[in-house]
Amino acid sequence: MGLGAYIAVSAILFTLGLVTIAARRNILYVLFGIEMILNAANINFVAFNRFNGDGMDGRMFAIFVIILAAAEAAVALAIVLNVYQLFSTTKPSDVDLLRE
Amino acid sequence: MENILSVITFIPFIGMLIICCLPKNSVGLIKGVALVATGIPLILATQLYFGYDPMAGADGAYAYVEQIDWITGIGAQYHVGIDGISLPLVWLTSILLFLGVPASFGIQKSQKAYYALLLLLEVGVFGVFISLDYFLFYVFWEIMLLPMYFLIGIWGGPRREYAAIKFFLYTLAGSVLLLIAVIALRLQMTDIAPETPFSIPAMVAAASEGLLTGASLPNGGLLLGMEFSTWAFWFLFIGFAIKVPVFPFHTWLPDAHVQAPTPISVILAGILLKLGGYGMMRACFPIMPVAFYENAYILAILGVISIVYGSFVALGQTDFKRMVAYSSVSHMGYVLLGVGAMTVWGAEGAAMQMFAHGTSSAAMFMVVGVIYDRAHHRDLNGFGGLSQPMPVYWGLTTICFFAGLGLPTMSGFIAEALTLVGAFQSDDIRFQALVLISIIGVVITAAFLLWAIQRVFLGTLNEKYKDYPDMNFREIFCMVPLLILCIVFGIFPNLILDVMHPSLDHLVTLLTAGGN
Amino acid sequence: MDLTFHPETDFKLLLAVPLIPLCGYIIQIFLGRFLPRKGDWVVTTGMFATMCITVYMFAKALNHQMGGGGHGGEHEAETAVLSFFHESKDIGFSWNWLYNAPEILQSPELAAKMQNLTVGLLYDGLGSAMLAVVGIVSFFVHLFSMGYMKGDHRYHIFFANISLFTVAMLSLILSDNILFLFIFWEVMGLMSYLLIGHFSHDPKSHRITHAAAACKKAFLTTRIGDCCLLIGFMMFFYNYGTFGFHELWAFTTEDVAANGWQAWHHTAGLFLFGGTVGKSAQFPLHIWLPDAMEGPTPVSAMIHAATMVAAGVFLLGRVYPMLSPEVLTVVTATGALTAIFAATIGMTVYDIKGVLAYSTISQLGFMVAAIGTGGLGLVAGLFHMVTHAFFKACLFLSAGSVIHGCHHEQDMRKMGGLRRKMPITFICMLVCTLAIAGMPMFSGFYSKDKIVQSTMMANELAPSWATAFAGLALPLAASLTAFYMFRLIIMTFFGKPKDQHVHDHAHESPLPMTIALTALAFLGMFGGQFWLANMDIMGSHATWFETLVGYDAHHGLSVFEGMYPGITLQNTYLGVESAAALTKVGADAHHSALILSLTVAGLGILVAFMAYQWKVRAFSPEKFTSTIAPIYRTVLNKYYIDEFVNKTFIRLSMVVAYVFKWFDETIIDGIVNTVGRLNRILGTIMAWFDKTFVDGLVNLVGALSNGFGAALRLIQTGRIQQYVSFAVAGGLATVAWLLLF
Repeated sequence: MGLGAYIAVSAILFTLGLVTIAARRNILYVLFGIEMILNAANINFVAFNRFNGDGMDGRMFAIFVIILAAAEAAVALAIVLNVYQLFSTTKPSDVDLLRE
Repeated sequence: MENILSVITFIPFIGMLIICCLPKNSVGLIKGVALVATGIPLILATQLYFGYDPMAGADGAYAYVEQIDWITGIGAQYHVGIDGISLPLVWLTSILLFLGVPASFGIQKSQKAYYALLLLLEVGVFGVFISLDYFLFYVFWEIMLLPMYFLIGIWGGPRREYAAIKFFLYTLAGSVLLLIAVIALRLQMTDIAPETPFSIPAMVAAASEGLLTGASLPNGGLLLGMEFSTWAFWFLFIGFAIKVPVFPFHTWLPDAHVQAPTPISVILAGILLKLGGYGMMRACFPIMPVAFYENAYILAILGVISIVYGSFVALGQTDFKRMVAYSSVSHMGYVLLGVGAMTVWGAEGAAMQMFAHGTSSAAMFMVVGVIYDRAHHRDLNGFGGLSQPMPVYWGLTTICFFAGLGLPTMSGFIAEALTLVGAFQSDDIRFQALVLISIIGVVITAAFLLWAIQRVFLGTLNEKYKDYPDMNFREIFCMVPLLILCIVFGIFPNLILDVMHPSLDHLVTLLTAGGN
Repeated sequence: MDLTFHPETDFKLLLAVPLIPLCGYIIQIFLGRFLPRKGDWVVTTGMFATMCITVYMFAKALNHQMGGGGHGGEHEAETAVLSFFHESKDIGFSWNWLYNAPEILQSPELAAKMQNLTVGLLYDGLGSAMLAVVGIVSFFVHLFSMGYMKGDHRYHIFFANISLFTVAMLSLILSDNILFLFIFWEVMGLMSYLLIGHFSHDPKSHRITHAAAACKKAFLTTRIGDCCLLIGFMMFFYNYGTFGFHELWAFTTEDVAANGWQAWHHTAGLFLFGGTVGKSAQFPLHIWLPDAMEGPTPVSAMIHAATMVAAGVFLLGRVYPMLSPEVLTVVTATGALTAIFAATIGMTVYDIKGVLAYSTISQLGFMVAAIGTGGLGLVAGLFHMVTHAFFKACLFLSAGSVIHGCHHEQDMRKMGGLRRKMPITFICMLVCTLAIAGMPMFSGFYSKDKIVQSTMMANELAPSWATAFAGLALPLAASLTAFYMFRLIIMTFFGKPKDQHVHDHAHESPLPMTIALTALAFLGMFGGQFWLANMDIMGSHATWFETLVGYDAHHGLSVFEGMYPGITLQNTYLGVESAAALTKVGADAHHSALILSLTVAGLGILVAFMAYQWKVRAFSPEKFTSTIAPIYRTVLNKYYIDEFVNKTFIRLSMVVAYVFKWFDETIIDGIVNTVGRLNRILGTIMAWFDKTFVDGLVNLVGALSNGFGAALRLIQTGRIQQYVSFAVAGGLATVAWLLLF
């Protein structure tokens, strides 16, 4: 199995994540989408490390990203909870305070 | 006194400053200062006139010259002096301004400003007459315009704004033309002789050497088929002609006169019109002798049109003051005819006419003022028989009108006769024809003046006016000196011709040299 | 008494002649009203002194001519030197008029081309006669006025003015150059203006508006003539460079002798004559003179006798050598026409002064016509001016006396039978009427006879259409003169009173007036020929005037030497071979003229008596006028010349004036105002442009940014998902761009 297969999986994952972010109406799905993109990146890190690299850099980055993703998920969920309390909705299209 | 000219010129200025510092309601003091500030120049100018050595003006020389560097960057100097052409006019100015002050005592509206402006006007007029530097000349020329605008525009009659603006625009248009010509000449002089100051004598000298032709310019100075000097000549001429005024630039005059208060009319007719004629003789003709020589007959034609046309229009007037104003147009035509003929008698007639008209027309405007003060209208057909309640007024008016129509023994006759005979002496047949035409003006002038006398003074007394008081002392005092001058110079023309002759002789020499 | 002329002292005396009345004038005009009797005695005394000097100087001149070879006429060779001709310039008694400063006169370069005017006095036979006439007439007019003008509200001004009037005439006579003649000529015009208009200030006068119009008319009409004169001498000055009479004569005659008369001589001569036409009231500029009757009667006497009209004739005498034969033809024709034409009007007028006015015009026509014939005619014309001055002054003063006596009634139809009421006036007037009619023994005869003689001589020697016309017109006019003058006498003094009221109040005038009348009547009788001395009633000897100007009847050519010394005239008797031939023609003409003038005068008087005194039916004026009614009406209305002038020249001037006025106010001022208005319109357009475009551009930038911002705001929804989509789209686009290019 060559590098191409890994990248293809990663790309599919990334695209799914992206579509999820852009298209899903629930903010939780958006968070899932973000996770999927992060993981798509992780796959890449690991795959490139496996085929091209000679050290552990890629894997280290992947672990780092996972930790980051966890932290981010914690913060994001907190935000989502607050948004839900504030706007009584989890739809990102209803939250447009950014334009102010 | 070496700097007597500057003293004469700036004493009114000091007077003006003093008046500005005086409180507004101390009217007596203001009038006193104005009298003193015009009286001292009168005394000095009289002394200057009778102490003048006629030969001081021979060969283009000037007397009482002062020359100080002023704006070195453009070569402008404070350069003043007089000769036989300007001296009589300086004297006339001092006389008329002095008489103008008591003549203004009847004015009640913001007197402080009035007398201050009057004195500023005097400074400007003196300055124009004595300037020998071209730039200085122009500066004084502009200084003189502004007070006149305000004097007409503030103290004038019902349509004063219209008249004042018309006056100002006309003369401003003239000034613009002057300015263009002055700048062009300055640039020319820089090309020819960079070190020479921008003085009139220097330019006359350059012109008589044939230098001021614009040869150094691209295309040889040729613009639209006319040479540089011809352009400059016409610009200067029109600039001055508006002031004279020459047909067809004359229509500001009747309006300005009709709206101006009496003393301002007197000064306007007596002096400001002379500035145009003087400007031509001093700053236009001798500087462009060739262009002058070529166009002299056009000037004479304009002069003759002014004479004849002015007299006919005056004949058609029903407003006393308009009639007198048009008579000024007619009389000033002689100035152009006389100078245009380029004979000594013609030029002397022209110069004499400026003086004679300065006295006689000033007196005429005083005549109109006297009746206007009483009747508050000027309709010639509305009077009648005024010689009965006002015999002194009638007598002085008659003298004044006969001076105006050029009766012998009055200075107007000397002027007109010298002009006509002098112009007739020209070898150019065109001038002789013009003289014959201008004779019509002589007859018509007599006609409208006598008709005016008949309508106003003779015949059945209009009952409305039978209680009018005769002229009071102040009015007589203002008018009589002018009439005395008319008669004295009419009987003894040598008193003025002696002064003028050497300078005008030189001027005519310069002008006729333009033909060679 | 020393009667020789000493230039050094006598010129000073002559200078005093105008200066004395001038001083009188100055005193009178300023102080007159404060003096006792309002100062009339000041000017009258002054005039008396002037008269004494002029008569004294006249005696000197006459003595010179009488003693200096007046009887040498029989020896033809000696007659040439007869001139009494003095110029004060010759003794350095002159005045540098235009330039007088020693520096200028001595500067060589200025003096070389200077045209100064040096003025002096000229005293010759003609001048001396005229000066004496003016002095005498003026004094008596002054004297007369003391009575006549009594009670006038501007009494002192009147005396001042009439005095200055005399000054002008005296100075005019003494001028040695034509410019100074012109100056005093014009001053005289001014004084005539003031004097004719004397009553235009008097609220009591019922002719107040007429006087106001008349004085203006007089001045303007004569001014037209004056302008002609000005042009005339300007042309001479252009060609000969001098104003002096003597130089002008000399230059003209020399020039003509060498080159013949040139075209400009004719033109200039006609213009000079134009001056005479105006001042001496010749057709067609005569219209002012009848109107001038609006002045007080003494003024009329002055104007008609000594000053004004005489000045024109005097001018002809002064410029005669400069007039070409063609011009003289015109002069003759004009004079003859005026003479006959005014005489016909004179017959129809009822105003006593009006008759005299037209008679003056007619007599002036005689003078002018005579001068035009040249030679003897010149002398005769000038002589007639002198005798006419005496008798016309007397006639006017008599008429004044009548008017005064009748309380300012001037219409002859209301007079009549005044002979007994006013005997002195009657006798004086009768004497002068006989003089003007040309009866022998009276002054007018000697001059009028000479005029008729001169036209006959001219018809013989240099016949032309003008002389033929004059030869017919003048005798006819003389006969008409006799007729209408006697008509005046008969209607006024003879017959029964027509208006009892006027008659009852008529009275003889006071003493000063009758003295003046008598003295002038005496001169009117004896002023022509001193026939009491030599009993030469028929005038076969030379008259005093001919002697004075150096004319000898038996040697006609010597006149030129007498009046114009050193000048060979180029316009007189050119075809005459010898003096003897001329003498013969003159003698023949003398006899026929004598008979002719006596006949016509007698006829005129006879007809007048038949028509008005004896009322012969065949000569009834009413019948006569009704037969020729249309002609009579034309004459009665003075040939409608006034109407013609009013309708043409005056109306034309006014039309031109109004057209020019309209042109000035509408076209020129219109152009100026239009330029102003155009500027305003241009300004408005500029302001609009400024507001719309320049400001618009600036605003556009603002508006664009605004719009841009508004557009951009649309995509800034605040929706994260959209933002992501945009980011993706942007990324994809970038990638696509990178891949494709």
